[in-house]
Amino acid sequence: MSGPIRLTTAHQSITFSRRMLVLGGAQAAIGTMLIGRMGWLSVAQNQKYQLLSESNRVQLIPVPPRRGWIIDRKGKPIAINRSSFRVDIIPQQLVDGPKVVAEVTKLLKLPSDEVDRINRELAVSRGFQPVSVADNIPYDQYAAITVRLPELPGISASRGFTRFYPAGPAVGQLVGYVGAASAAEYERENKNPLLLIPGVKIGKEGIEQTMESTLRGMPGGQRVEVTARGKLVKELDPKPDRSGGTVQLTIDADLHEYAARRIGDQSSSVVVLDVTNGDILAMPSMPSFDPNAFSDGISKNEWKMLSDDDHLPLVDKALESLYPSGSTIKPSMAMALLNAGIDRKQRVNCTGAFQLGNHTFHCDKRHGPVDMDSAVVHSCDVYFYTMCLRVGAEKLSPMIRSMGFGEKFDLPFDNQRYGTIPDPDWMMRKYHRKWQGYDTVNMSIGQGMVLINPLQLAVMASRLATGKRVIPRLLKNKPITPQAQLAVDEDHLNFIHKAMWGVVDHGTAAAAKLPLDGIQMAGKTGTAQTHNLSAGERGNYTASQWKLRDHSLFMAFVPFDNPRYAAATIVEHGGFGAAVAAPLIRDTITFLYDKQKALEALNVFEQSIGGNPEERLARKTAAWRSANGLPPLPTKQA
Amino acid sequence: MITSAIIPKPLARLPWRLIFLVSGIAMFGLIVLYSAAGGSAQPWAVKQAVVFLFFLGIAVAMSWLREATIKSLAFPLYGLTMMMLIGVEALGFVSKGAQRWLDLGPIRLQPSEFMKPAIVLTLARFYELVPAGETRKWRAIWPAFVLLGVPAFLILVQPDLGTCIMVVLCGITVMFLAGLPLWIFIVPAGAIAVAAPIAYGMLHGYQRKRIDVFLDPESDPLGAGYHIAQSKIAIGSGGIWGKGFLHGSQSHLDYLPEGHTDFVFATMAEEWGLAGGILLILAFGAVIRWGMRVSAGARTRFAQLTAAGLSATIFFYVAINLMMVMGLAPVVGVPLPLVSFGGSAVMTVMLCLGLLMALERQQRTASRGSS
Repeated sequence: MSGPIRLTTAHQSITFSRRMLVLGGAQAAIGTMLIGRMGWLSVAQNQKYQLLSESNRVQLIPVPPRRGWIIDRKGKPIAINRSSFRVDIIPQQLVDGPKVVAEVTKLLKLPSDEVDRINRELAVSRGFQPVSVADNIPYDQYAAITVRLPELPGISASRGFTRFYPAGPAVGQLVGYVGAASAAEYERENKNPLLLIPGVKIGKEGIEQTMESTLRGMPGGQRVEVTARGKLVKELDPKPDRSGGTVQLTIDADLHEYAARRIGDQSSSVVVLDVTNGDILAMPSMPSFDPNAFSDGISKNEWKMLSDDDHLPLVDKALESLYPSGSTIKPSMAMALLNAGIDRKQRVNCTGAFQLGNHTFHCDKRHGPVDMDSAVVHSCDVYFYTMCLRVGAEKLSPMIRSMGFGEKFDLPFDNQRYGTIPDPDWMMRKYHRKWQGYDTVNMSIGQGMVLINPLQLAVMASRLATGKRVIPRLLKNKPITPQAQLAVDEDHLNFIHKAMWGVVDHGTAAAAKLPLDGIQMAGKTGTAQTHNLSAGERGNYTASQWKLRDHSLFMAFVPFDNPRYAAATIVEHGGFGAAVAAPLIRDTITFLYDKQKALEALNVFEQSIGGNPEERLARKTAAWRSANGLPPLPTKQA
Repeated sequence: MITSAIIPKPLARLPWRLIFLVSGIAMFGLIVLYSAAGGSAQPWAVKQAVVFLFFLGIAVAMSWLREATIKSLAFPLYGLTMMMLIGVEALGFVSKGAQRWLDLGPIRLQPSEFMKPAIVLTLARFYELVPAGETRKWRAIWPAFVLLGVPAFLILVQPDLGTCIMVVLCGITVMFLAGLPLWIFIVPAGAIAVAAPIAYGMLHGYQRKRIDVFLDPESDPLGAGYHIAQSKIAIGSGGIWGKGFLHGSQSHLDYLPEGHTDFVFATMAEEWGLAGGILLILAFGAVIRWGMRVSAGARTRFAQLTAAGLSATIFFYVAINLMMVMGLAPVVGVPLPLVSFGGSAVMTVMLCLGLLMALERQQRTASRGSS
């Protein structure tokens, strides 16, 4: 054909070849880029992606560790774990809440109290936090739930461990209790996933709370391979859990329990110390709550019953309650007077009343002329008014404090209160007024601004007994604090020991002599006014209104000639110290030496107040429920 | 080419190198599918093997087609595919959001798949008909745009963005090689850059989301960004040599979505590592190079353009899929041919290869005849 066309065809073919080259080059470039990109991902960033891939593949299902035991000084269990069956609701997975709850209620025969609690907890639950339906259920109920699980979305039935306190209420205030973590506790622990597992309980009060880090242990983990949909593929080698550590207390569980029972229906606490090393052998506070019931999750009514009780079962009276010391301060006051140079033979004439300015202070009777010994033995107030005024408060307070009043002790409880021993400086700081004579008078018999707790009272008894700075100790593995000598004269100490022996031998506490051969107790009674007495009330220790009665106090140590144990009690509104508090200490100390005798005494005592603690609690609960218009509790089937 | 006394001539004349290459890729794909199913030939590997062998047979059979026959079929094929595309829109019942299938009783056809080779054949045929001197004239340009634009639009509204992009790219490749003036390509490219934000506003919700996530995968690691994130984890964690056959945790534990279809490359890379990846990319590269050589060696303009266009189709398949899987492109739903489970891509690629083999045979016989 003609030239131009051929030329164009050639031209076209050149264009084609050139563009094919461009196209092939582009393809090769893209291919190279893809290989480069892949190399970047799989070589340069391999570690990062391997990590991501592993965190996809392997999930850790925390296995809760077994909580450590709490045992007494001899190894007897105070808090242990019992294997149990439990049922929970996972709110997130709950489909038809009311229907499921109704079904479970029927299967487990839950009382309406419990249903209320479950519904209440469901209403405030945060989706991830399981709500306990029932703990510790019998096997046949567990089996009944298990077979119906497919029809009960949101219900989880599992085997686990329940905290068990063999002594029940007797150790309630001592060990506290455990419970499922609240949303706030979960947040505080940086969302520790362990706290979300149903059945995992953490300490909420007392030793359980303060020793949480020891008791909890390290959660293990079942490492599992799961699919993206959460289906378990296979179990990998597990990371073993480490059980919580055992916490050994200096408590003697039997003694503690005995004292708790011996308190009876009174509102009181007892502290028993080993003066040689400061070990707290017993420290019950009664009445108390049953920590077993608390650990299961307590119903609204149970809670109401506890918080309505004027005997304050929710307060640890040994450490949290403060009382005037009453006359129990007198032996230490006497030590202070002796230190200040008062002659113990010098007599003061007690007329039953003491005039200071225009105010009259009373004694509980006319003692006539009394020296220091009989002033302690018969608890004469006028003697101490007179002598303390003569010496002055500045010389008294330091001695009282060195004996343990107002002192802070390092014990594993975070809600202790320490009380006050006043002095002129303190008065100025706190109330911006000058110290007056009547302040000295009030302090001389442990009234006025003086406030102590029962532990301090027991410490005072042990320090009077030894003349050494006894420091109480509750955790067995904590080193014993060396006991420093107190700034007291040996001769003064012997004198006070004899006077305190006299209190029990022929004084105010003569009715509380130990029924033991060769072991004699030295002590001091106290009666603390809870309000200003009118003339008519004076000396009437059994006022019709419980709340208005005086507190009854007693402190003691045994044996008086070679002290080994010290004990103290404050019985709230117990009346005259010698009548209630002293026999309580007598029986408790008897238990240390002769269990048989002590148990016989307890038996007689419990007969007089209407049976053993279980019987009394059942009766009390029934009375409370009927008074509050609630149906009686169904009898529990084991 | 194998020459041996034992093997009969027609068989010996087949492009065995290509067949081995393609079969090798498909074989590797089957191994990956076997692993993706948790170490089972069911439900994917066996089915895929059957589909592959079937279409391999068709491709080999197609290699005896004569260029003239192919040429004569170009326009009718295009017309038929267009009718089916319209049919999808018209007849296809809109049960789901996307309507891509034409249900003809026992056979379900995805006509947009046919459009990939059809557009190549049609444009090649068209530019063969255009005299060389006219190539740069307007009347050589606008019909091509209509031929390409109408089906692209129909596919886009199905909506099937992945296939639409493929068809457009294949068409443009042919037009580029046909020698159209360069401004035809440069100006629209610039225009797209400008218009992209506007087009973005007109996209479907899920398409828009995919682009959002592509631009910032971390914005939605558990939602739409999940695909890309998990795919990158699978590829990245494989390392150089991979975690070993049947040991890919990403795919076996279902963290990698679509691990047997669009993201099959990630499944492969996790177990075979960079080594497996490079091998596969090079294998595809060899297939495409073979196709490009057929184009370079072609005697006629139709064969040149067709061969290059069909090779480009395979190239775009592989390139778009890999870019998507490695987080370099948005997730547009383009499978990896011969490896991803599913018949459509196998069918398209084998049709392309069948046509390429036919053209290659013509070349060989022609050159033999001339020599």
